[in-house]
Amino acid sequence: MLRKIRIVAATICFALITLLFLDVTGTLHLWFGWLAKIQFLPAVLALNAGVIILLVALTLLFGRIYCSVICPLGVFQDIVSWVAGKHKKNRFRYSPALSWLRYGMLVIFIATMVAGLASWAALIAPYSAYGRIATNLFAPVYRWGNNLLAAVAEHFDSYAFYSTEVWLKSLPSLLVALITLAVIVVLAWRNGRTYCNTICPVGTTLGMLSHFSLFRPVIDTSKCNGCQSCARNCKASCIDAKNHTIDYSRCVTCFDCIDKCRQGAIRYAPRTRAVRPTKPATGTEEKGAESRRAFLTLTGVLAGSALLKAQEMKVDGGLAIIEEKKIPKRATPITPPGSLSASHLAQHCTACQLCISNCPNQVLRPSGKLMTFMQPEMSYERGYCRPECAKCAEVCPTDAIRLTSLAEKSGIQIGHAVWVKDNCIVLTDGVSCGNCARHCPVGAIQMVASDPDVADSPRIPVVNTERCIGCGACENLCPARPFSAIYVEGHQKHRII
Amino acid sequence: MENKQNKHIDRRNFLKVLGGTAIASTAILPGCKNRQQEAHTATTEIPTDQMTYRTNPTTHDRVSLLGYGMMRLPSIPSSDGTSSTIDQEAVNELVDYAIAHGVNYFDTAPVYMQGGSEKATGIALKRYPRDKYFIATKLSNFANYTRENSIAMYRKSFVDLQVDYIDYYLLHSIGNGGIETFRARYIDNGLLDFLIEERKAGRIRNLGFSFHGTKDVFDEVLAMDDFAHWDFVQIQLNYVDWLHASGRNVNAEYLYAELKKRNIPAIIMEPLLGGRLSNVHDHIAAKLKQRKPELSVASWAFRFAGSFPDVLTVLSGMTYMEHLQDNLRTYSPLDPLTDNDRDFLEETAQLMMRYPTIPCNDCKYCMPCPYGIDIPAILVHYNKCINEGNVPASSQDENYRKARRAFLIGYDRSVPKLRQANHCVGCGQCIHHCPQSIDIPKELHRIDRFVEDLKQGKEF
Repeated sequence: MLRKIRIVAATICFALITLLFLDVTGTLHLWFGWLAKIQFLPAVLALNAGVIILLVALTLLFGRIYCSVICPLGVFQDIVSWVAGKHKKNRFRYSPALSWLRYGMLVIFIATMVAGLASWAALIAPYSAYGRIATNLFAPVYRWGNNLLAAVAEHFDSYAFYSTEVWLKSLPSLLVALITLAVIVVLAWRNGRTYCNTICPVGTTLGMLSHFSLFRPVIDTSKCNGCQSCARNCKASCIDAKNHTIDYSRCVTCFDCIDKCRQGAIRYAPRTRAVRPTKPATGTEEKGAESRRAFLTLTGVLAGSALLKAQEMKVDGGLAIIEEKKIPKRATPITPPGSLSASHLAQHCTACQLCISNCPNQVLRPSGKLMTFMQPEMSYERGYCRPECAKCAEVCPTDAIRLTSLAEKSGIQIGHAVWVKDNCIVLTDGVSCGNCARHCPVGAIQMVASDPDVADSPRIPVVNTERCIGCGACENLCPARPFSAIYVEGHQKHRII
Repeated sequence: MENKQNKHIDRRNFLKVLGGTAIASTAILPGCKNRQQEAHTATTEIPTDQMTYRTNPTTHDRVSLLGYGMMRLPSIPSSDGTSSTIDQEAVNELVDYAIAHGVNYFDTAPVYMQGGSEKATGIALKRYPRDKYFIATKLSNFANYTRENSIAMYRKSFVDLQVDYIDYYLLHSIGNGGIETFRARYIDNGLLDFLIEERKAGRIRNLGFSFHGTKDVFDEVLAMDDFAHWDFVQIQLNYVDWLHASGRNVNAEYLYAELKKRNIPAIIMEPLLGGRLSNVHDHIAAKLKQRKPELSVASWAFRFAGSFPDVLTVLSGMTYMEHLQDNLRTYSPLDPLTDNDRDFLEETAQLMMRYPTIPCNDCKYCMPCPYGIDIPAILVHYNKCINEGNVPASSQDENYRKARRAFLIGYDRSVPKLRQANHCVGCGQCIHHCPQSIDIPKELHRIDRFVEDLKQGKEF
């Protein structure tokens, strides 16, 4: 019964969190955005005391329920492990805790965070690792499916679905996601929750608490017949059936053992007396080349891109070819409004990709820079930061990006526009333009005569950098290609105007 | 109420609209049967020997009242998506059907279908004896009007069409750019004299011009009849333009009357206003169907144009077999409008003027835009939304949310993002190409502002 409740709750949480990354309508997070905010590491980074206290209390009372229900990466491993279990029954066995490894990882993780390399530390953080997998690997497939439905809807003249853009936002980020997925799948396929009990910093932290949890599974030695069925079905490998002990720091309270025990010898009950600590021992981590799942996902991605190419062909004749925009070299990268400054974002972001996944304007993408690896960065060659949108701030679980209202956003200067004379079509093509000025939401661009002495000389844009908020409307809508004649330089620290 | 019932119907598809409104209208008037039903219902066979013909007073050509416009031929998009090729097989099939049902006038031009229309027309017609059809083509020397280039264009038409004489030759689109442009294109380079000589030599059987523009240019060019002896003139005539021509254009009533005075036959273009008189607002579709439930919306426009006795032929650019069949039905034979019908159509025209559609006929003369904007697609989408009631006048409108969704999603579907109105730089290079004298940049910027209002959810 307890196991069934756990499975149902975990399935719901997992499905909803995954959908947060896949959703194209931008409505789901209004209802279930909190699921991202109750993730442990984001809550710590957001200094969200309420959530931290709640999670600590939950663990102290019931054990690592968090790892079995709330953590999407944990549930994902359970799914992989469940599929693997279909082929091979009773495949686990007890192994002593690799305490030196897990505490070592935790120390390294904390040290990296403190050193300001949050993006690198986040590589092993569970929630953001799952976010990267979902964004880079699941979302494209989901969106191609959506686009297929949109094509069907269009055929029937229905507006129920609309197509979305799918594009490779960052190759390094995709590779990291693929590698993470491969490692996680291999580990989970072979040994269940190895990652959670040796690498995951959140698992280790919660393990220290669950060690003392009030409720935990206990083996009733009077009923136990020594069949070891519990140990062979424990994906955390934490049941020492011979000695009738369970390592509670590694137990993720999945209740599988309770369900498996035919003698009814395991109960989930409140603690009555202290438990003997387990002896540390050595063990080796095994890695295999089994990445069938990763391979299948990759094939899916490739098949999907072929589909996308076919869709692009529906345009009429007689159209000028439009060259693709290229990203200009920016001295300072642009960070989203609400992130306060480049350093604030770098220190508070877990690189979970939720904002990148939810950006409806194709502005956010993972950074490829060492210090901010995979954290969001802005560029305007596909779209611009539209005035009616604050999706990134709405979805951000860590408050690395935070806005109270759209009005606040319209007053934040994240950068300023710079005019590039050599590219401006007013001068190169000799036509009148003013598209940048026409679309500036704050009226920071004016068109003036290029020759101050000749009133009717071609009109060129001038930027009032004090009013410019750096949204990129001018850069995106500039007709000059491949490089815009006006582009945005980021500000290290955002300013309020 | 009736409008609401029809909301879910696919209006992009012409026939479905007719079907849909037919159902609605017949529901309202269950007892209303028409005497003409047998001859005109969509289910009856189209007669092959009933086409109405008109006689050309100069050459005594017996011309079918329905003329085939070769400007909107079926085509297949190319793999890179930037161009398309004509679907020759489909063209042949349409031409075969048209000829089998009595059509004998085919109107093309060197610039139609990105320059492919003359060749396709030539291929399709080559399969018939030369005396079975009349070919009309034009001197489209818009961009380069030197004598050499213009004569080269004239000669190339013979090659592409695979003929040694042309039945109807037109100075293409007079009026755009005023009388100066006309002089530069045909007088200063001696081209008009050259063409008159060609007519004497028999390589041109009838010489005329097609007209879009202001009254003074029309008057002046028509007055040249004294030495040019225009055999025919092609004008834009339909029940909206009759008294309510848009922009700088002249009312068709005036144009037709001037031609009648000089006994010059008229050839009619844009009888449907590029489809805007078939794809009409739901209210208007209902009104037309209510009057004659078994007639198509488009048939009213064709009957209007065909009912004038001095009209030689009415051109229609028919892309689909269904359009061709519908028009053949209307003219096999023509059932002329009564005075009552005429008043009714004038009423309809006035009603139509109340809907702020942009008078774009999707002729694509403005294309290609050097900055890649798909101008006609944007304007057509806007008009479609107006006709379907999806352009809310205010954000307080009852159907605002639904209309907003339909407008924005439909916009992205009809026009790729990079070709939408927000990329219009306002260079104005398209303006003088537009035969309907639409201020294209102004309209695009207006639509862009409207889209911004919708996207930002602004109150308006």
